[in-house]
Amino acid sequence: MDYNLIVPYIPNLRRYARALVGDRDGADDLVQDTLERAVRKFHLWRPGDLRAWLFAIMHNVFINQLKARRIAPEVEADETLPAPISTVTSVDLMDLERALGCIAPEQREVVLLVALEDMTYADVSRALGIPIGTVMSRLSRGRERLRRLMNGESTHSALRVVQ
Amino acid sequence: MTSADDRPEDAQLRAMLRRHFDPVLSEPIPARMHLRRPAWLDHARTGLLLAVGIAIGFALPLLSPAPVPPAALAAPLPLRAARAHLVYSPEVRHPVEVEASQEEHLVKWLSKRLGLPLRVPRLAQEGFELLGGRLLPGSDGPVAQFMYQDASGRRLTLYVATRTRGEELTSFRFAQEGAVSVFYWIDHDCGYALSGEVDKAALARVATAVYHQLER
Repeated sequence: MDYNLIVPYIPNLRRYARALVGDRDGADDLVQDTLERAVRKFHLWRPGDLRAWLFAIMHNVFINQLKARRIAPEVEADETLPAPISTVTSVDLMDLERALGCIAPEQREVVLLVALEDMTYADVSRALGIPIGTVMSRLSRGRERLRRLMNGESTHSALRVVQ
Repeated sequence: MTSADDRPEDAQLRAMLRRHFDPVLSEPIPARMHLRRPAWLDHARTGLLLAVGIAIGFALPLLSPAPVPPAALAAPLPLRAARAHLVYSPEVRHPVEVEASQEEHLVKWLSKRLGLPLRVPRLAQEGFELLGGRLLPGSDGPVAQFMYQDASGRRLTLYVATRTRGEELTSFRFAQEGAVSVFYWIDHDCGYALSGEVDKAALARVATAVYHQLER
């Protein structure tokens, strides 16, 4: 079995994870868990779209991590780790990361797979295991919300009273 | 069907995300991310190798009347370097003895053991980061090996040995040892060999940088 087939996708998995999770260490943990699982399950992969397969694994690991965090929100805070290295170069970029953190994880996944990985609706549908219609609605809602957040609108804008 | 950015504001959002996160693509991959096969596969492989070894051990006396020649003591520099490369570069957990995070200590230690002030070339411009280094036994005393890695996990090793008595000075040369390409040269004090399982042109670029940095 040639795990080296996976190697070319590692930078892409890291880019996506960084955008999805927000901090460097958390993102690399997600990539690490994904790779370990991919190696363990590699015999289950049938030659085809390896990228979609890897992102599907990352999706499952991500969802499990979210569930674990909901059950135990206070996982030990490791104060010895350095703060994530900031690549922030301007105010609007900082807003981008914060805004991403504010949209629902399932919308964030779709927005990022399309924007960073150039995935088609069908690719996203396969990677996340959701129908194409759901991909489309999450994409448009996620994009819309992201734009509103970055334009400085309140995170509760949906609750504004419509005259 | 594609998810084309049919509206300009979608394209703009995509461009913003790419600009912000694309730099992650060129970050060196942390060593812990190197794929390791499940432990049971290692055990299975060890068992198989052991069985094959035992079988050969039994069969060998029947098959080969001639004694196995002793290992060549003074194999040429590129061959020694390529062998060392093959042994250590696939190492997942212990590719180096001392990691790049302790570079100063590494250089001091290896310089002391080789009896020469060593320098570690910087290869970031060529896309390779130092992983660390180790001490190896050479044909005539200790040898230093530095290991580098690029973003895709490809590894190069720089083998530095003190020049043995009678070893000829050699200008910048290329050797192919099986799958391993080696650029090497021997100056007054030291022999240097840069090895990698990469094509000659790619290795030549990095080797030229090493050569210029070390022979300044």
